[in-house]
Amino acid sequence: MTAIVRALEAFAKFWKDFLIGDAPELLVGTLVFVGAALLLRHRGDVAVVVLPLIVIAFLAGSVFRGRATP
Amino acid sequence: MTSSTIVLALAVFGASAVEMVEALTIVTAAGVTRGWRSAIEGSLVATVVLAALVLVVGVPLARLVPIDVLRVVIGALLLVLGLDWLRKAVLRASGHKALHDEDAIYAKTVAELSGTAGAAGEEAPVAMTARGSWRRGPRDATGFTVAFKGVFLEGMEVVLIVITLGASSGHLALASCAAAAAAVVVSFVGYLVARQLSEVPENWLKLAVGIMLTSFGVFWVGEGAGVHWPGSDLWILVLVGVFAATAALLSLAMRRTAPSRGPVAAGTGQRS
Repeated sequence: MTAIVRALEAFAKFWKDFLIGDAPELLVGTLVFVGAALLLRHRGDVAVVVLPLIVIAFLAGSVFRGRATP
Repeated sequence: MTSSTIVLALAVFGASAVEMVEALTIVTAAGVTRGWRSAIEGSLVATVVLAALVLVVGVPLARLVPIDVLRVVIGALLLVLGLDWLRKAVLRASGHKALHDEDAIYAKTVAELSGTAGAAGEEAPVAMTARGSWRRGPRDATGFTVAFKGVFLEGMEVVLIVITLGASSGHLALASCAAAAAAVVVSFVGYLVARQLSEVPENWLKLAVGIMLTSFGVFWVGEGAGVHWPGSDLWILVLVGVFAATAALLSLAMRRTAPSRGPVAAGTGQRS
């Protein structure tokens, strides 16, 4: 039982580290992206421009947030 | 073979190579300090378990889950992973984060494993240096466990990439072969040099793979949601170009505010 609990804890930790890690804003950005894709699926001309811009915005924000401060 | 298939194979190969280099460092440290037999056996068992995971999870996913749902969910996972790799690679390239140092990781692992032998009151088994004699060497539980965990943990991201890219594109076999090829290449080179591969330009590889995974993630989420990308699969190449340009601009912009970290080899972002 202890081994099963430990395995489940390790599994949960893997997914938490994978999805959140030290940049939870990337998960938020991905969810916003998915929502936007679903909303804009019938407006391909707008989606083609807006969707990559959403990703770029969250990436830039995350990089800026992760910068080393003196 | 379409252009998107080639990019897919390259993305899986690159990601697998990066993770296998990191795993090789741990396996080498375990082999040198605890004996090659257990280190190699631990690595092989972990590889078999990872391959089984791809079959047990990947094949049913590709066959049973509706393709649009699969693409949205898997595309989102790819996007999270790709953005994380891209973020870290940009921060390393611009000097805001230390480069991944295989030599330092190797030294730390060797120190920990050498210390384990004394602390437990046992002697570390004699590490066989002659490659042909590893099968006759003594077995060591610590060496086996360290090698197994190293390969398994590094390999889990590879499994995730193989399953996500392979299942959503219908090329699970190709993705698996690309990952296996990378593992073979890195293992072979590691066997030849018999040490950690600290000269591999890891950050460049992570940057390239991050760009490709992000592009695939954006593409597949869009496809699954019903967005019609112009030129269909060819749009992946456009996305690769867009995110490559973004990464380059971000790296340049962030370099201006990087704290001084010592000399960095010009044009590569790698430490000299």
